[in-house]
Amino acid sequence: MTNSRLTYREAVREALREALARDKRVFLMGEDVNRYGGAYACSLGLPAEFGDERVRDAPLSESAFVGAGIGAALGGMRPIVEIMTINFSLLALDQIVNSAATLRHMSGGQFSVPIVIRMATGAGRQLAAQHSHSLEGWYGHIPGIRVLAPATVADARRMLWPALEDPDPVIIMEHATLYNDEDELPADGDMSVDITKAATRRQGSDVTVIAHSACVKKALNAAEMLVGEGIDCEVIDLRILRPLDDETIIASVRKTHRAVVVDEAWRSGSLAAEISSRITEQAFYDLDAPVERVCGAEVPIPYPKHLEQAALPQPQSIAAAVRKAMRR
Amino acid sequence: MIEFKMPSLGADMEAATLVEWFKQPGDRVERGDIIALVETQKGAIEIEVFNEGVIGEQRVQPGRKVPVGTVLATILSPAKEPPSRPAATTTEAIEPKAPERRVSIGETPALAAPPRLRITPAARRRSADLGISPERLSPGPDGIIGLEQVPSGVEREPGLERAPRSRGAGLDLDEMRKAIGAAMVRSHRDIPHYWVVHAIDATPVFEWLEKQNALRPIERRLLYVAPLMRAVALAMKQVPELNGHYEEGVFRPSPAVHMGLATALRGGGLIAPAIRDADSKSVDELMSAIADLVPRARLGRLRSSEMTDGTVTLSNLGEGNADSVFPLIYPPQVAIVGCGAATLRPWIAGDVVAVRRVVHVTLGGDHRVSHGRHAAQFLTRLSELLAHPEAL
Amino acid sequence: MRNIADDRVHLTREHAVELLRQMTRVRRFEEKCAELYTQEKIRGFLHLYIGEEANAVGVISTLTGDEAIVATYREHGHALVRGLPMNEVMAEMFGKAVGSSRGRGGSMHIFSAHHRFFGGNAIVAGGLPLAVGLALADKMLGIERATCCFFGEGAAAEGEFHESLNLAALWHLPVLFVCENNFYAMGTALARSQSNPSISARAAVYGIASEAVDGMNVVDVEAAARRAVHAVRRGEGPRFIETKTYRFRAHSMFDPDLYREKAEIETWKKRDPMVLFADWALSAALLNLDDREAIEADVAQEIEAAVAFAEAADFEPVEDLMKDVVSPPSEYIR
Repeated sequence: MTNSRLTYREAVREALREALARDKRVFLMGEDVNRYGGAYACSLGLPAEFGDERVRDAPLSESAFVGAGIGAALGGMRPIVEIMTINFSLLALDQIVNSAATLRHMSGGQFSVPIVIRMATGAGRQLAAQHSHSLEGWYGHIPGIRVLAPATVADARRMLWPALEDPDPVIIMEHATLYNDEDELPADGDMSVDITKAATRRQGSDVTVIAHSACVKKALNAAEMLVGEGIDCEVIDLRILRPLDDETIIASVRKTHRAVVVDEAWRSGSLAAEISSRITEQAFYDLDAPVERVCGAEVPIPYPKHLEQAALPQPQSIAAAVRKAMRR
Repeated sequence: MIEFKMPSLGADMEAATLVEWFKQPGDRVERGDIIALVETQKGAIEIEVFNEGVIGEQRVQPGRKVPVGTVLATILSPAKEPPSRPAATTTEAIEPKAPERRVSIGETPALAAPPRLRITPAARRRSADLGISPERLSPGPDGIIGLEQVPSGVEREPGLERAPRSRGAGLDLDEMRKAIGAAMVRSHRDIPHYWVVHAIDATPVFEWLEKQNALRPIERRLLYVAPLMRAVALAMKQVPELNGHYEEGVFRPSPAVHMGLATALRGGGLIAPAIRDADSKSVDELMSAIADLVPRARLGRLRSSEMTDGTVTLSNLGEGNADSVFPLIYPPQVAIVGCGAATLRPWIAGDVVAVRRVVHVTLGGDHRVSHGRHAAQFLTRLSELLAHPEAL
Repeated sequence: MRNIADDRVHLTREHAVELLRQMTRVRRFEEKCAELYTQEKIRGFLHLYIGEEANAVGVISTLTGDEAIVATYREHGHALVRGLPMNEVMAEMFGKAVGSSRGRGGSMHIFSAHHRFFGGNAIVAGGLPLAVGLALADKMLGIERATCCFFGEGAAAEGEFHESLNLAALWHLPVLFVCENNFYAMGTALARSQSNPSISARAAVYGIASEAVDGMNVVDVEAAARRAVHAVRRGEGPRFIETKTYRFRAHSMFDPDLYREKAEIETWKKRDPMVLFADWALSAALLNLDDREAIEADVAQEIEAAVAFAEAADFEPVEDLMKDVVSPPSEYIR
């Protein structure tokens, strides 16, 4: 088996290519996915291979094209709908929440909505307050959908196909700062990946650091910083934001007795709040310190680099939270 | 006859006021006819009938507010003759349901709660597993007791079933030694100790023991520690300032004497499991309690209550060579009795110098609760009791 | 069998009986629902279609059984005319487990995969993108059929209406849009909410052929729908029909109808679509009085049976609350 080196962006593209090639029912639809090549160039080159019908430019009508994706899924297709950024997805929230997520239950189990919705999320590129937010937690709130957050090149490459196989709506959150990340992946062979389990990215014994998406790298950086201080961090990459893999989180906290939750989103009502709450519910008697949270500052993300970075979790702030959990 | 009721027009409609009757007794009505106007919280709504017939009696008069389901009128089947005169209508309004009694959510005066121990859930559980009272643990520099402050043992594998915490469960000796170590650190730091020593002629005890044991089968023979413990327990009863627990700034004397017995462990370390109600046990009963306790302590088969119940501790160097001992109090207790070895010494008895078996008994006390006078009272009483072992 | 590829309405006696029978079923079913509502057998919102029956009956009679229908929360009529058994629809109104949506949707959410009846959507304009998507799927899969989407004129104020019309026209999708314009979006009159009160004119700006018809005349509605659906099936892209109609009852049960004049309602009631059609068919000797009575008797029997069926049925057990939030794990291998 040979390895190939590719970026997160290329991994997304390869995953799209694989899906389009494997299943005639699959098509990609979204703003600028065809001629432009995708706002993040994820679909560059695909129209030449699969044509304009299956790599379909949509007008700036998020609600209509997401709703059309849902309708097409009801009609037997396997649409992949790309929303340029998570902030724009709010224009389609009606279709996602009121249609995609409800149809199976509300119809008494008669309908499946096998749609995959991809969107770019997160801050870090000086795009200011309408292109930078991390609203994953809002989607994590909704029963009836699955929410994935590939933090690695491998997951970006491997999560799409199982997402398409899920009979229910799946939302894939791609952090915009990850697209240039590179990694070695096997060029062929089994690409299957479990989209129900979180992943332990670093084994450790003193404290469990729980993160997702771009914050996983920051958590790993913090863990390396802390080695010199004799603190051994375990780092969990959530991977699946809904349904949360409680088992992996709780088993780790039972081992380390301390937890730090890292979430780029705003603290109030966040995914971090949910995870902290579950730890308290399920592992209270194992805790040797209050659960710490490192979240984004509660401001609209500002444009200047220094302010933007100050608003986000950083390895330093994660390390500080770990020290606090260690009572150092 | 059909009862025409105030209809429910929405889950949020509970009652409505009848505004006007459009049909009068004797009038024919068809299915779908509007027969009345009612005022709801959303506005006036015309209400229709779903039956045909003739209006019989109108039971509710305009202006009355009635709950959903109240019979407004009766409708007679069309075959029946209309009533010759309007039936009497009720004049009493059906009052809407009385509002439910409201529970006052006023502020209640805050109770002055005692300061709560700042201990993490994991530390609290581990100390319970070890049979260590969390109060005996020394907090870290931040005032919190965490796992680091509980003597750490072998880390449990996550997911491994915890040992059941039923009575009789085994205790980890390593953990226990560490717990006692931590308790001694705390004792030394927190308790203002004083010690008073008194030399006591224990010869009568040994003579009495010799006689007793000569008459007993081997398995029922007594050790010196049994009458000693009996005497200590009885003397303790006389001085309540030495028997009890000091916690969170308050001393709580104990009505009973639960006697911790300092027991050396093989491989080092010391623990002091308690014999409950030592003051009300006979010498024989104490002997069997000690015979049960010491081997169990050495095997680590103590009950957690035996580790926490003691109200005072006896540390007896017994047949060793050391003259006297100045022991540290085991918190939250407030006194400890240390007995040196019972050795032969010159002793002035009356006006002659005699050879007697002498014990130096030390009473270590907590100055926050007691002082030298209490110690002297105790030691004097102990001396009297040991002079007459047959009376014990 | 009527020729579904023919643009003209063939008013045979048989077809006339069918049109009247369907309108009568919907009318009497809903009258019964209103009664059951006051008895608290039916709860939640109950939006009645009374007065608007000609629209569902006229349009759906032109569709084939596999042509998808997407409807709104005022959809009892569409469901019944499409062929969902009245027993199941009534059981759904009661919230019973044998209801068309296992009792989970109630009046506003009637679904049937078997009848390709996609609700039962209670977000105004929320159904339009779904219809566009269903049509997109058909087009991509090479299936030549129409998808029919019903909505009210209130939807024309929503962005999704415009986005969907644009998308359907842009991609030349086989959608038949049917706007049932009853002149009130809940309590807001069309003139109070729209700068241009012509809904069909909006469709025209997206390049969609559209026409406005008398929604109280079932024959006119059917004729317009027949022309439109054939064009859609022929691959001529979407079509749009605006039917001018009126609901005789309030928006929902708990609505004092403060926003319209009694005289206006009475004027419209003179054009009751059932009466209009029956009188005309009688005068044209397509029907006779016996037919009307026979239809009423049959329908009364059907409704009685449906109520008995719904009454006797069980509610879904509470243990099934979480069932079908997502697919069971067995359906999902990885």
